[in-house]
Amino acid sequence: MALLEIRNVTRRFGPLTAVDDVSVAIEAGEFFTLLGPSGCGKTTLLRMIAGFDLPDAGAILLDGRDLAGTPPEKRPIHTVFQSYALFPHMTVSQNIAFPLKMAGKSAGEISTKVKGALEQVHLEEKGAQYPHELSGGQKQRVALARGLVNQPRVLLLDEPLGALDAKLREEMQFELIELQRDIGVTFVFVTHAQPEALALSHRIAVMDRGRVVQLDEPSKIYGLPVNRFVADFIGKCNILDAAVVEASPGGLKLEVKGLGEIAAPAREGVRPGERGVLALRPEQVRIGPPDSQHDLKNHFTGRVHDLLYVGDITTYVVELPNGTRIEALLPNSAPGRATFFEKGDTVRVAWRHDAGNFLRD
Amino acid sequence: MTRPRAEPVTRWLVGGPPFLFLFVFFALPSLIMVAASFRYPGEFGGLAPLAATRPGEDAGLTAENYGVFFSDWIYFQILAKSFGVALLTTLVCLVMAYPLALLIARSPKRHRDFMILLVVLPFASNFLVRVYAWMIILGDQSVFLRPINYLLAQFGAEPVSLLFNGFAVVVGMVYVHLPFMILPLYTNLEKHDPVLLDAAQDLGANTWSRFWRVTFPLSLPGIFSGTALVFIPVLGMFAIPEILGGKDDWMVGNMIKEAFLGTRDWPFGSMLSIMLTLAVLTVAGLAAWLARKGTARA
Amino acid sequence: MRRTWWLWGASLAAYAFLYVPLTIVVLFSFNDSKLNAEWVGFTWSWYRTLFDDDAMLAAARNSLFIAVTASLAATVLGTMAGIAMHRYRPRLLPFMVLTPVAMPEILLGVSLLVFFISVFGEQALSLATVIVAHTTFCIGFVAIIVRARLAGMDESIFEAARDLGATPWQTFRLITLPLIMPGVIAGTLMSFTLSIDDFVITFFTTGVGVSTLPLQIYTMIKVAVTPEVNAVSTLLMVLTLTMIVVASRLAPDALRGQG
Repeated sequence: MALLEIRNVTRRFGPLTAVDDVSVAIEAGEFFTLLGPSGCGKTTLLRMIAGFDLPDAGAILLDGRDLAGTPPEKRPIHTVFQSYALFPHMTVSQNIAFPLKMAGKSAGEISTKVKGALEQVHLEEKGAQYPHELSGGQKQRVALARGLVNQPRVLLLDEPLGALDAKLREEMQFELIELQRDIGVTFVFVTHAQPEALALSHRIAVMDRGRVVQLDEPSKIYGLPVNRFVADFIGKCNILDAAVVEASPGGLKLEVKGLGEIAAPAREGVRPGERGVLALRPEQVRIGPPDSQHDLKNHFTGRVHDLLYVGDITTYVVELPNGTRIEALLPNSAPGRATFFEKGDTVRVAWRHDAGNFLRD
Repeated sequence: MTRPRAEPVTRWLVGGPPFLFLFVFFALPSLIMVAASFRYPGEFGGLAPLAATRPGEDAGLTAENYGVFFSDWIYFQILAKSFGVALLTTLVCLVMAYPLALLIARSPKRHRDFMILLVVLPFASNFLVRVYAWMIILGDQSVFLRPINYLLAQFGAEPVSLLFNGFAVVVGMVYVHLPFMILPLYTNLEKHDPVLLDAAQDLGANTWSRFWRVTFPLSLPGIFSGTALVFIPVLGMFAIPEILGGKDDWMVGNMIKEAFLGTRDWPFGSMLSIMLTLAVLTVAGLAAWLARKGTARA
Repeated sequence: MRRTWWLWGASLAAYAFLYVPLTIVVLFSFNDSKLNAEWVGFTWSWYRTLFDDDAMLAAARNSLFIAVTASLAATVLGTMAGIAMHRYRPRLLPFMVLTPVAMPEILLGVSLLVFFISVFGEQALSLATVIVAHTTFCIGFVAIIVRARLAGMDESIFEAARDLGATPWQTFRLITLPLIMPGVIAGTLMSFTLSIDDFVITFFTTGVGVSTLPLQIYTMIKVAVTPEVNAVSTLLMVLTLTMIVVASRLAPDALRGQG
């Protein structure tokens, strides 16, 4: 039985349906992420799990028991808020001790547990300080320690890394993974930053306009997106309008206007005549001089329209014969050479016959 | 967006007592006052009963109080004079307050709180004391006036009396209400971004232009707040005209006081109070409307 | 400051305008002369007369009692109002709380006069009616301060408390109350100051024989002016000055008129 089950939950605010018949089963010990753009309903769902909002329809079950009658303070679920919500008039230790006090633990037990929590988040010396004396990263860790100290069944995290700068964010991501693995508490993480979701999660539920569009492991979400929205939202993606010419277990033959025939990997249930898009990741597109790479099935000649150099790789925007532009990634592994191609150069782009995904909208 | 869960009980527990208290001791008295303005005065003062207990006694409801107000020119004059005094006081306060508020707003942060405290401290003195102080200064015996009158006498001119006239009333009004103009002005001016003035200067504006075209328009919401905080209380004042002014300087407040405590004609006093309330509501509404227009532009 | 000499000049003039009259009052309270005309010599006699003046002492006792009672009542009711206004956004309550503060005092004074006598009869006016009247207009000040304080706080703190196991009552006791306490105390001090200093509303709502310090001052100004007035004024000033300084330390935003 799943630890936390969200069963056909719906929440409406007037004419707007924020959460639309969502069903998700979260396993114990998982790092589970709700991923989606703002307004997709992920935060609303989180608040309903915490108990600050009630579903209009459906149920939320913990260990098989419906949480409907239980107020937030009685649920064994804690939240790390986006603004951290540390109590300004209490020290770090007092903040962390708070849930233990509410649970009626003895003074001795509290002091031991608080000490342990401080060690776990590497803030042993900061116990007597006040929140306003801490940096953003430190506040974040206090919020984490406070949420975990009395071992809730589930920890909810509402975009906790949003306020941190890029480098700190990356560091915290590693720390979060380690923490979750060490403690084993189930994390339900909400974010709109998809690299973060891919890095941290065991499973991701991609949400769009109140619905769960795809629920899977990160590699499948990235490699086998179920539709155009997921492909486009996660990572960068080239989108080419295509129609199915032939479909077989060995692969698809697609017709793209102005480019001709393209070989694509097989997909269940696809029939000739269907229209959709070919989703192609930039790293799957090889780029080279006009007279190279004849061994790849799909190849076209194009012109470099633009390029973006970011140190380790260069992204080329190549204009194809039919006018569409696709992105190709080229690692700048040869030391000392900044670019291989310039704007306006003629190049050959190519990709494997089993690269990309055919998706219906 | 939390769904109310047992919230109604808490709402009434928290908001109920103050609401009840204010309903009984503010809303109800106001309604009684409105009703009183439509009654007859009692024989020995106060209100006449609603039902006549003796033949020939005035009882019940009437609009004659309002009739008196609109028929006798003098009441309207006094109301107009009150507006005049309020307007003059507001303008003088504005002119005096603006430089000070500007100075404080532009001072370094660590000085500002202290400078504002200096503005508020005179507020610590009793209002009557502040009025009394001007009795001393403007009195014929005062250190300030005697040399002036002495000099005037040398030139054969009439000695000047600065007390018990309109001048003293306005001085007193300004003195008592000045902090109320300084504080909102300061609050507004403090929020101005100095970069805007740099930009204006960069684009060719001189000192006056920078003030008139940038600082002043942006400060309009503060000006409106301060105006409301000065104009409205001045309208209702009676103590200052009574202490510093002469019989000619009576304002609406004096008439109301006289009606309630002097002639004990409560219905008339109530009617005057209603008129004053209407005047105040008009001014407040105007100030709020202007403030919204000002901020919409800014 | 470069070319802002005129700004400094006008400002100093304004400060002088504010302080010179009060300085004169204080100065002449030590003047050995019945007239507030010129300086004769230093004396404490006016202060001594004050303490022999039974009417004055009775008025002082009344003023203090009224101020303490009214400010406490206003603090309790005003804090509740401030919290309710911030959390539940009611439509009618803000109007009822803030109008007594915004309207000319005379209107509140006469309406309470009419109310008390109409409802409780001719002898209704007393110490109690003054306390009620003062409480009514002080509630608004406390409410404004408390509401401003709540508005400046991170809302999620209260949710966090409940999230971590605190009941609504525990949240109020352990989180809300400590955090608004400086504002509440500032509100109490402000109410105390306003009550001690109030003249207009007290004027209309006191009973026969119940006098307060401001009323005494008023009578003395109208009937027989002696520097005793200066003396009592100076003492009052020192008292309220202390209150305001303490209040400004606890809730600096309130004085700037926010909220």
